[in-house]
Amino acid sequence: MQVTLTVNGEEVTAEIEARLLLVHFLRDHLRLTGTHWGCDTSNCGTCVVWLDGEPVKSCTVLTAMASGHEVRTVEDLESDGELDPVQQGFVQCHGLQCGFCTPGMMMTARALLDRNPSPTEDDIREAISGQICRCTGYSTIVRSVQWAAAHESDRDSAVAAGSTP
Amino acid sequence: MQVPAPFEYERATSVGHAIALMERLGSEARLVAGGHSLLPMMKLRLANLEYLIDINDLGSELGYLIVEPDQIRIGALTRHRDLLESDELAATFPIFRDAERVIADPVVRNRGTLGGSLCQADPSEDLSAVCTTLNASCVIRGSDGERVVTMEEFYRGPYETAVEDGQILTEVRIPVRSGGSSAYEKVERRAGDWAICSAGAAVWMDDGQITDARVGLAAVGPNTTGIPAISEALRGKPPSEELYAQAGSLAAEHCSPTTDMRGSADYKRHLANELTQRALRRSVARLNDEGA
Repeated sequence: MQVTLTVNGEEVTAEIEARLLLVHFLRDHLRLTGTHWGCDTSNCGTCVVWLDGEPVKSCTVLTAMASGHEVRTVEDLESDGELDPVQQGFVQCHGLQCGFCTPGMMMTARALLDRNPSPTEDDIREAISGQICRCTGYSTIVRSVQWAAAHESDRDSAVAAGSTP
Repeated sequence: MQVPAPFEYERATSVGHAIALMERLGSEARLVAGGHSLLPMMKLRLANLEYLIDINDLGSELGYLIVEPDQIRIGALTRHRDLLESDELAATFPIFRDAERVIADPVVRNRGTLGGSLCQADPSEDLSAVCTTLNASCVIRGSDGERVVTMEEFYRGPYETAVEDGQILTEVRIPVRSGGSSAYEKVERRAGDWAICSAGAAVWMDDGQITDARVGLAAVGPNTTGIPAISEALRGKPPSEELYAQAGSLAAEHCSPTTDMRGSADYKRHLANELTQRALRRSVARLNDEGA
């Protein structure tokens, strides 16, 4: 069957099998291997991407279901060579060890901060509660998201004050 | 790699279109909404079908939550996240927010739907217990019109419902009576897992007396289990610890758990007893505005 969807702002048309899962379409057909493929059972959350602006587990979404809709992957966080504050936070606060869970964690964190620019630690832990870090590095992941929240509010207030961000 | 067996995909553009597709494609067709129960079952070959009819585009027809004076109507495509975040729903039925907080995880809740949860008819499913507790009814539509069934009529056994080939669950209706509150208690092996046992309670009071009470249990029977004996035991009495203990004993007595990898039948009976007491206690505390 033919699908047409928007991935990271670009329209993509492809001929696929109806049973193709979104995670495999992104990785194997589009070579967007930033999205990782983990447990296959919607438990681990490393495959989280956005579907119409909401984080979803792409191992449990059919590519066909995304046809006509918008998908955003971790590759789209960086813009014009500048890392998203969430990515910078993971760099600054040692938010990854092996890095396998990182793409999903960052996509969920980005969605959280877009809805709630100053989350509490509990808010952050709740938001990532459907995702597993097998290195158990949760404390530094939480700190990375807090770093992003703090630096985004600095940047936003700098913009509001009329200075160059 | 776990992938479903091959099937043909169709996308419904209206409820009428979905029904027409189901009638044309027959018993080998299945509706899919969030897909977070059905797709895993297809991967494991526990569900084998030839056609999948995607109803995710029917949000304008099936995704709503309408508060009326005597009932709340919720469209079948309403997602877990919307149920969790609805302040109106939580104000009338706090049991919904209690349950939604412990269903799967936030990312899964972005996709999963009320209708999908009920139609899956897993004996451990939490919203089924909530709807049983609240005496909800289900609206089922086919090409010959609509019918409304109670939760007892809706469930016909594990993974079996009154929704037949060519039919779709469109709406859940929950009767609203004044002077009531509710709560949900769940024990699971790890966060976001299916229940080992859970208990929902709803209590209505007037002048210090319980006028009505309902309890619904998940994971301790072939379907979610309502316990009418508890309603009979509690009506007309003032709430007390002794009364909660009596209700807990009735819950343990009237459920039918089996021993499995989540726990022994005895342990589940113990949980049915304890969680029934906690849910009733918390419902009454909420009615008395004790901030529970």
